[in-house]
Amino acid sequence: MKLTLHVWRQKNAASQGKMERYEVEANEHMSFLEMLDVLNEELIGKGQEPVAFDHDCREGICGSCGFVINGVAHGPMPGTTVCQLHMRHFKAGDELYLEPWRASAFPVVKDLVVDRGAFDRIIASGGYISASTGSAPDANAVPIPKKYADLSMDAAQCIGCGACVAACPNASASLFTSAKISHLGVLPQGEPERRERALRMVATATAEGFGNCTNIGECEAVCPKGIRLEFIARMNRDYIQASWLQRQESSAGGVG
Amino acid sequence: MELDAKIPSGPIEKKWDKAKFDYKLVNPANKRKYSVIVVGTGLAGGSAAATLGELGYNVKAFCFQDSPRRAHSIAAQGGINAAKNYQNDGDSVYRLFYDTVKGGDYRAREANVYRLAQLSVNIIDQCVAQGVPFAREYGGLLANRSFGGAQVSRTFYARGQTGQQLLLGCYQQLERQIDAGRVQMYPRTEMLDVIVIDGKARGIVVRDLISGAISSHLADAVILATGGYGNVFYLSTNAKGSNVTASWRAHKKGALFANPCFTQIHPTCIPVSGEYQSKLTLMSESLRNDGRIWVPVKKGDKRPASQIPEAERDYYLERRYPSFGNLVPRDVASRAAKAACDEGRGVGETGLGVYLDFADSIKRLGKKTIEERYGNLFEMYDRITGEDPYSVPMRIFPAIHYTMGGLWVDYNLQSTIPGLFVLGEANFSDHGANRLGASALMQGLADGYFVIPYTLGNYLASAKLDKVEATHQEVKRSEQCTNEQVKRLLGIKGKRTVDSFHRELGKLMWEYCGMARNAKGLKFAGAKIAELEQEFWQNVNVVGDGGELNQSLEKAGRVADFFELGKLMCHDALVREESCGGHFREEYQTPEGEALRRDDEFAYVSAWGYRGAGNQPELNKEPLSFEYVHLAQRSYK
Repeated sequence: MKLTLHVWRQKNAASQGKMERYEVEANEHMSFLEMLDVLNEELIGKGQEPVAFDHDCREGICGSCGFVINGVAHGPMPGTTVCQLHMRHFKAGDELYLEPWRASAFPVVKDLVVDRGAFDRIIASGGYISASTGSAPDANAVPIPKKYADLSMDAAQCIGCGACVAACPNASASLFTSAKISHLGVLPQGEPERRERALRMVATATAEGFGNCTNIGECEAVCPKGIRLEFIARMNRDYIQASWLQRQESSAGGVG
Repeated sequence: MELDAKIPSGPIEKKWDKAKFDYKLVNPANKRKYSVIVVGTGLAGGSAAATLGELGYNVKAFCFQDSPRRAHSIAAQGGINAAKNYQNDGDSVYRLFYDTVKGGDYRAREANVYRLAQLSVNIIDQCVAQGVPFAREYGGLLANRSFGGAQVSRTFYARGQTGQQLLLGCYQQLERQIDAGRVQMYPRTEMLDVIVIDGKARGIVVRDLISGAISSHLADAVILATGGYGNVFYLSTNAKGSNVTASWRAHKKGALFANPCFTQIHPTCIPVSGEYQSKLTLMSESLRNDGRIWVPVKKGDKRPASQIPEAERDYYLERRYPSFGNLVPRDVASRAAKAACDEGRGVGETGLGVYLDFADSIKRLGKKTIEERYGNLFEMYDRITGEDPYSVPMRIFPAIHYTMGGLWVDYNLQSTIPGLFVLGEANFSDHGANRLGASALMQGLADGYFVIPYTLGNYLASAKLDKVEATHQEVKRSEQCTNEQVKRLLGIKGKRTVDSFHRELGKLMWEYCGMARNAKGLKFAGAKIAELEQEFWQNVNVVGDGGELNQSLEKAGRVADFFELGKLMCHDALVREESCGGHFREEYQTPEGEALRRDDEFAYVSAWGYRGAGNQPELNKEPLSFEYVHLAQRSYK
């Protein structure tokens, strides 16, 4: 099948980008990225620079890949990253517009590649349980009801691809941030740092330039891992509770 | 070279305790005076960097991905083994040790494997404390499943995304250390050389993948945790970026490369569908718990699976291996699938596939239970093939998945270059000639969380490390060599793309150094690869320049190293005149077609030394002795 692609080409962060038109011959068994591989092989053959795009595992789990196809993050198939999107969902003559994630907190690096370092900085500001190696009690010491373990796992499935930010009109990182806050917050191990975690992570997301959540729900619609809006509610609850209960920590430490 | 594995004396269950007591310590105030480089941020590198940061060392961590969270450990599906014996089904540290040595077809070092089995229990504790949401029973306690090569249920899992959850656990600990200022993180940075000064590893040369800048980082020790080299086959279950470059450049600087021909073929992957295919997708081995593998009894039977009656199906694993059935180790399951296809009984369009059928389990357990256990895997299969495995059996075929070989390390995980430590899949030490399912995650985390923190301290406390300046001539020379290679690749301006060379190399490797090997084919492949390599250096076309994000240039450097590695793999496979684990030499098999080991001659580790381009590598042997698990022909019947 012959397709027409309009691809965002931008040499580097400092330069202006623009859409370029290409024609490519694909077949229905290919994945979307394999179709781009074919295009790139042709471009290199002509001595032109291939289209840069992030990808690694091509199994939908590493979260490297992702761009916007005809206005939808990760393209038309729900619950599917672009690496898992197959060409059988397209037809000959389709015209596709490929653009990078658009958000000021995700500056474009080149073509379809963006810098998602802000996500790492959100995690660094509290998206963890402080459990240094060697200090853990036996794994079965604290039973965790299955429903909480499952809920935690639902949230923990986030792959950090950034589609939620790209889809949100406010470029909010709320779905991402809330997924981590919920993953850790519903577990007993995560309880001691639960409030501090919510305060710090939300503050970092704001400082990084992500917008606020206004309950539009585009993020949930494009999330390849089915992360649910209810986690944002959970985050807001933790955040508000933490803001109310915030008090100066005692400076008097333990004896010794 | 005399290889000293530095295995502690004493009974096997006391060796690690003894070693830990004998190791010299670095006192807490002195730790911050040392700097350590960690390359790779998967389970091994991420856990090492985080733990060393916690201890107070100055750590610099590097990864080529845009975030440390994306390392390929993330794609591991099925689970992680640990000898917890929570199921009361007869497991123990000793049994996990025994299963691993046997599963590795007696080509692993007993002392390392025993330590791995001991540490397995600490890993689960550690991960739970970090908030890894392992699967649980209704009472709130941890659940287990069984896996190939074992008759107990010792595998802990988080749906079909265990690797993801374990990696996120250690990534979060790493980010905590980054926030605390103890780890400096360098994403999108690729290591291209090791700097060796006065015989010790003292730093690395890297390329910033965004700016193209080549620079050096110096330290008191260097840790490589850069994964395996399965991508030498082009098509594998590895991530597209996975490569051998860090290990290979260290090899060229003096680190021995051990057992390169020990590669693992995973029996349950989605079959190849066409020429454009860029990678293979694994379906977790855990599926073999509830799926039954079969092919039609008759050759060339093209009826759809649903129309083939029970009597005309051959459940060949259950038939040939009644006690382990569908849960035989990976090498055995893979070869059996190949044999069925070679006989003309393969299924699917290409005839290169066998069925993995869930109909019986769905009948027995209900669709809901199967969905809970494997829902995400079934969805993934459906997305890729367009077929619904709840109603038609999956089609699977073996694919390259893991490499047991890697840089040679001693018991302390130190390579033959002092100060250069190698962890996880990048080293060779624990899995022998075949790795059991759910043991890669275990090894990565054992190395990073619980081994290196001790052995590194011992090295730093005992080594005399002079201060090294960035102006040292070795630093300059390494940078210059790296710069020259980049220029050379960009300057060829030939006619063929990097991928076209890689694909061709991969086909040669798969054909002649894949699931079954023979002397004639290996010699042929070695010569063919050399020719292809020569063409590569004259005819590759890398467009763009070095001072920017250039994905073709990154690939070209990696493929150049894969050529050299491919030749060494063929040579190693040729010289090892026996069959063991993933290495199956057609000349050496039992009358029933099982692997025939030759312990009298080949019970050793082949550790290869680099002797310059075009020269035969040097073979060094580390003899393996088996005091506890007695050498026997593996039987899963």
